[in-house]
Amino acid sequence: MQLVTGNRLRDGKVVYFAGGETWSPAIDDALLVEDDRAETLLREALAGSVPRPAVGPVLIEAVRANGRIHPLSLRERIRASGPTTGPTAEPLIGTASESGG
Amino acid sequence: MYRYDDFDHRFVDERVAQYRDQVRRRLAGQLSEDEFRPLRLMNGLYLQLHAYMLRIAIPYGVLNSAKLRKLAHVARRYDRGFGHFTTRQNLQLHWIKLEDTPDILAELASVEMHAIQTSGNSFRNITTDPFAGVAADEIEDPRPYAEIIRQWSTLHPEFSFLPRKFKIAVSASAEDRAAVKMHDLGLYLRRNEKGETGFEVLVGGGLGRTPLLAHSIKPFVARRDLFSYLEAVLRVYNRYGRRDNLYKSRIKILVQSLGPAKFAAEVEAEWRATDRDAVALPDNYIAEIASGFELPDYDRSPADEQALEQAIADNPAFARWAKHNVTAHKVPGHAVVTISLKPVGETPGDCSADQMDLVADLADELSFGEIRVAYEQNLVLPNVRRDRLFGLWQRLDAAGLGSSNIGLASDIICCPGMDYCSLATARSIPVAQRLARHLAGREDEIGRFSIKISGCINACGHHHLGNIGILGVDKNGEEVYQITLGGDAGNGAAIGQIIGPAVKSDDVTGAIDRLIAAYEKLRQGEERFPETYRRVGAAPFKEALYAAR
Repeated sequence: MQLVTGNRLRDGKVVYFAGGETWSPAIDDALLVEDDRAETLLREALAGSVPRPAVGPVLIEAVRANGRIHPLSLRERIRASGPTTGPTAEPLIGTASESGG
Repeated sequence: MYRYDDFDHRFVDERVAQYRDQVRRRLAGQLSEDEFRPLRLMNGLYLQLHAYMLRIAIPYGVLNSAKLRKLAHVARRYDRGFGHFTTRQNLQLHWIKLEDTPDILAELASVEMHAIQTSGNSFRNITTDPFAGVAADEIEDPRPYAEIIRQWSTLHPEFSFLPRKFKIAVSASAEDRAAVKMHDLGLYLRRNEKGETGFEVLVGGGLGRTPLLAHSIKPFVARRDLFSYLEAVLRVYNRYGRRDNLYKSRIKILVQSLGPAKFAAEVEAEWRATDRDAVALPDNYIAEIASGFELPDYDRSPADEQALEQAIADNPAFARWAKHNVTAHKVPGHAVVTISLKPVGETPGDCSADQMDLVADLADELSFGEIRVAYEQNLVLPNVRRDRLFGLWQRLDAAGLGSSNIGLASDIICCPGMDYCSLATARSIPVAQRLARHLAGREDEIGRFSIKISGCINACGHHHLGNIGILGVDKNGEEVYQITLGGDAGNGAAIGQIIGPAVKSDDVTGAIDRLIAAYEKLRQGEERFPETYRRVGAAPFKEALYAAR
């Protein structure tokens, strides 16, 4: 399954496409679609008023497990949760298997 | 320090105003991201994993207390209270909002700073020896030449569309502390037989996907011919450098493909055809720029060496710091102090806003307001009286800046890696932190040692030049780390060699431990790692590394 993510134009914050013209900082708000609908979802994310709220929208792979959305790649897990070390470190979002999914 | 003249102030202020309007138009939807991206990059603004990142230029790594306080203020007000000093002697702020960037650049301009040419296919920050001007082993202060080249290379109209970015380093000391040979173009200040100052010119160094060391193409260029010779080099690169393939676009690839001798001949022919008088560098201009770098008015009374020796005798921790972080100064009674930004277990190169303010205060009190940034991601106070060293160390130590590991195994160069960088393929900071924690207890036994870590092939962490280099890569979704051995920066510069298959993240610390243990067993006398490696070859290290698999 896939979802669309980008960085918010005004501050660069990681955001997820939640449908319509809504982008959310919470990954669990993302629209997660089957692979055959992914390109359509990306087109929807790219549409709408100018300026687009998010920069560089791309499709990424993710799964839903135990009611949470989990990106598959480590890069996207770090994007979703924040740096894994340093003064701004955040707990790394788990993989689907770690959440019991 | 070079002070802006009216032209500089006007130029930077106009640039801020121009950029402010570009940001306004972008936020209003009048510029697309494709249109805006090159404009923000020209002002040092990248978009990374979690936010925008602003790379602020610190020309040749030279700061004063006012500039450092401004950086602290910007980090505190517009970022998350810390910054990251880079291997190009710059500062990166990783949590910047686009809407704040015009105000940030205006604040920087108020202390004669900017972020111009910290990105793009331009001349990047000119780097030099962090001990420039005070090093006991230099033939002349290289900073005026770095400043002259900075002015020449800033928005140079002929070279505003180079095939790729271009990095220049200048060194004037017997010991190369600027890693000159890894630069697109390197300059060593030399004296000819008449005692005149000039430059040995090296071309074609660089790391990244194709690591190569620079070749000397001209043993001596007179000072007055500096611009004409640089222009000849750049014209040859501009003419023949590849624009069709990003991975082959750096000058090192051109020098490699032509061969250094052929490249040098091309430059020589171009130079001979140049009207050298038209761009001659006049002595009075050099003198004018050099006047901004005159040495401060030192207190030349003898330092109380007895008190210093007593403090060393009474405080083992201070003794260790004085041994590793203090370097000879050319003025008796003074010392050059390197402040480690590598506290064990922390992020290499990071510095909090409070720490920046403290260093600025200490610089005012003890170092004539001067601070330098070293490419090894540390800070330097270049003018400290020796009898003030103990008090300085106590205040640094109380602020978490008292680490005594300069040149040792935990003085790790490390890029931000995949915790921040959008280009990274693996994390580098956590690897550095684990290694530093593991090695901290026995660094003195290991002796001078360099570990350098990059989170991708672009090699911002200079892994090719580490005695042990570590490159993080993605292998089927897993972070694995390729290890290179035998690299070195400085006079004995060498590109490390890949030792074998990459190791998993959890195995890196053990792997490096085994390699260092092998080195300690194999070395003869004071032999450093690269020397041992060259003498015995890869086999015993390979055996040590992979025997446990």
